[in-house]
Amino acid sequence: MSKYTEDDLREELKTKEYEYGFYTDIESETFSKGLNEDIVKAISKKKEEPEWMTEWRLEAFRVWKEMTEPDWANVLYEKPDFQAISYYSAPNSKPKYDSLDEVDPELLETFEKLGISLDEQKKLAGVAMDVVVDSVSVATTFKKTLAEKGIIFMSISEAIQKYPELVKKYIGTVVPQKDNFYAALNSAVFSDGSFCYIPKGVKCPMELSTYFRINQAGTGQFERTLVIADEGSYVSYLEGCTAPSRDENQLHAAVVELIALDNAEIKYSTVQNWFPGNAEGKGGVYNFVTKRGLCEKNAKISWTQVETGSAVTWKYPSCILKGDNSVGEFYSIAVTNNYQQADTGTKMIHLGDNTKSTIISKGISAGKSQNSYRGLVQISSRANNARNFSQCDSLLMGNECGAHTFPYIEANNKSAQIEHEATTSKIGEDQIFYCNQRGIDTEKAIALIVNGFSKEVLNKLPMEFAVEAQKLLEISLEGSVG
Amino acid sequence: MELKEKLVSSFMAFENMVDIDSPVHDIRTEAIKTFEVEGFPTKRQEAWKYTSLNSVLKHDYSVFPKHEKALEFKDVKKYFLHEIDSYKIIFIDGKYSSHLSQTTHDGIDVCLMSSALTKPKYRLIIENYFNKIASNDGLSSLNTAFSAEGAYIHIPKNKLVEKPIQILHFSTGNESALMLQPRNLVVVDENSHVQIIERHQSLTDNPILTNSVTEIFANKRAIVDYYKIQNDKSTASLIDNTFINQKQESIAKVHTFSFGGKLTRNNLNYYQNGERIDSTMKGITIIGDKQHVDHNTLVHHIKPNCESHQDYKGIFDDRATGVFNGKVVVEKEAQKTNAFQANNNVLISDKASINTKPQLEIFADDVKCSHGCTIGQLDESAMFYLRSRGIPEKEAKALLMFAFSNNVLDSVKIPVLKNRITRIIANKLGVDIGFDL
Repeated sequence: MSKYTEDDLREELKTKEYEYGFYTDIESETFSKGLNEDIVKAISKKKEEPEWMTEWRLEAFRVWKEMTEPDWANVLYEKPDFQAISYYSAPNSKPKYDSLDEVDPELLETFEKLGISLDEQKKLAGVAMDVVVDSVSVATTFKKTLAEKGIIFMSISEAIQKYPELVKKYIGTVVPQKDNFYAALNSAVFSDGSFCYIPKGVKCPMELSTYFRINQAGTGQFERTLVIADEGSYVSYLEGCTAPSRDENQLHAAVVELIALDNAEIKYSTVQNWFPGNAEGKGGVYNFVTKRGLCEKNAKISWTQVETGSAVTWKYPSCILKGDNSVGEFYSIAVTNNYQQADTGTKMIHLGDNTKSTIISKGISAGKSQNSYRGLVQISSRANNARNFSQCDSLLMGNECGAHTFPYIEANNKSAQIEHEATTSKIGEDQIFYCNQRGIDTEKAIALIVNGFSKEVLNKLPMEFAVEAQKLLEISLEGSVG
Repeated sequence: MELKEKLVSSFMAFENMVDIDSPVHDIRTEAIKTFEVEGFPTKRQEAWKYTSLNSVLKHDYSVFPKHEKALEFKDVKKYFLHEIDSYKIIFIDGKYSSHLSQTTHDGIDVCLMSSALTKPKYRLIIENYFNKIASNDGLSSLNTAFSAEGAYIHIPKNKLVEKPIQILHFSTGNESALMLQPRNLVVVDENSHVQIIERHQSLTDNPILTNSVTEIFANKRAIVDYYKIQNDKSTASLIDNTFINQKQESIAKVHTFSFGGKLTRNNLNYYQNGERIDSTMKGITIIGDKQHVDHNTLVHHIKPNCESHQDYKGIFDDRATGVFNGKVVVEKEAQKTNAFQANNNVLISDKASINTKPQLEIFADDVKCSHGCTIGQLDESAMFYLRSRGIPEKEAKALLMFAFSNNVLDSVKIPVLKNRITRIIANKLGVDIGFDL
């Protein structure tokens, strides 16, 4: 093992197949391909949505038709044909199950393989999960415990039925329908997603969690997540994604809206492990996500993400710091390997006084991948005493990959304090030597260094998720994370 | 008539005026075509996101100055570094002023672009170097199309040029609005060393737009020290496009001091075509009113074992806006690159703003690249320290600001120039101290 070098690691990385690449054969009910007003109406009807929701979707669709796909990101890919995608697919074994026993055993097996066995999660982790397989929520656990606290945690289609006034009030307020091309598309065709409302002054007693998977071939996944933390409440929300191995590129265009009212706090953690394509760069998921949070007075929103999957990732979880004394945080690890491309970062928009933001971004590129950080820190002229600290570090493994940083900093107020730093480095021979000399073999040494490199972000993940995140880092950088 | 159309239609007249048989005729014709397609940059272009030329382009500029005007040395003495002996290439309204200049052909060539472009003895250099690294964006192409006059400096092998070379452009206001397009070429051969100071100075309140292109070639082990002083009137705008091609073991340093002008845009591009190259770019920007200064730098690391250092300081008062857009590209082959970039800014007023975008694009793995960027205020405890020792507020502020920008001044190799800039800074900050405490 002492001969294990970065080259070996690279070799291993190249050949390491996507472990979760299996396909569950559940009969799905799928719409014919293509997109027009009728499809939008049909989706809405299928979900038994009220009139206003159908109108809202159509409005978004009309805007989307006029928009063109953006291409400013530092990624290269074949643009998806939006008429060749089926916009709705739901597992056939409806209606809903009362207990897990009733769930299609094959589906349960899928979860088993993913290592997110519901029972296990229930018992060990105490995590309430809203599992989304191909857009329809099939199992929700711990609903009762949450209901006692007055917390609403359900699929968004259910929420549209049961709490239309809440959904109507907040949906599209942070990410408007016409915000961007993919947000508009999502607004028109979103099939499901999660909805969460934490009432005033309530601290959510457990981590809320959703797993997304893309299952049916050729279906795009368009989930919509809306999290509202009312005054003085707290919630920690986890989102995990894995998708099975598929040859054709699949599109994933989600929208996540967070609203933190006065004194509320939302912690949103993501582990993203969509299928990244194989070693030749064939297949893989396109991940074009719009995530944005709005902070009112003294509120805090914290984004933590571990991005290891997707052929093309394009996402910028952002914070609008509208209220005075509000805080935005962004912690990210983005790992790219083989032919993966990631263009990710954040936007911190400081509008209120004494607003603070922190950005810690760690990029690890291996193989022939391209990893970009793109961020914006904007201090408006009325935001007094705004404070920002940004740090973007890149680690390069191999000389065929690339690491890029595009930070935009716009300060319009003299009392702003902004610091930005970025470094790019590789695992130094001297660092390996230091470890070897102390009896740590090279593989372990690389593990140690990568782990240390990403520690600042890993530490921010909730306990249960940190384990999952490490598991995913292992898939992406096999042998390097101990 | 829009400025663009005016320029395109003036091109024929211009071609007839200068020598049509000149070897650069084809280059010019090609360039005007490029400009016709590209036009002036707009805010929609990523590199011009924060700088709009609209307010500058709206004037009806004369493209060729018609009248000549002589200036007396005593009237413009203060713009010269007159304390030391130097070579001087002086232009008044775009026309060469032999009266104020001091050129040479003694071992080195410090003379005019117009003669270099037409005289056979320079033909080889022009063929090898002219328009070889200038990019073909709209503005540079426009300059290429109208390239006729400017400074031509050729330092052959193994020469240490004892005296600095001053390039000064005066505009007198003979025209109601004037557009100038100087074109400079600097070729420094093996082991040679040269210091150049460039300044654009308007003597009038009429609008002036200068679109300048400078190509610098630092061959093997050459050392080039280039200083740009930008302290112009609030009616004068400058777009400075500088392209530097470096060969192995050469050192090229560019210092940019931006203290004035309506709009100043510095496009500074380094291309490292050899190993063990050192590229340094430093700048101090101190502006107020409604002034706008945009530093746009590019360092292209092409070969291994090279270094680049960037250090830009900015102090912005009133409604001034500043932009820093620094880009470092490290090619796959450029292993063992060390690239540093720092941009520190202080905002003095509520209306001032700064947009900064330090950018890294890295394709090689064995590199050390870092950038740092800060925006902040003066340290209150440091202010208190100075005040408690009896230093008045204004002076204390000035001292701190001077200290803030001091490490850029440290690397200025011409003492007289350093003093001059220190004085300009003191003047800018409204104090009468020498800072040599």
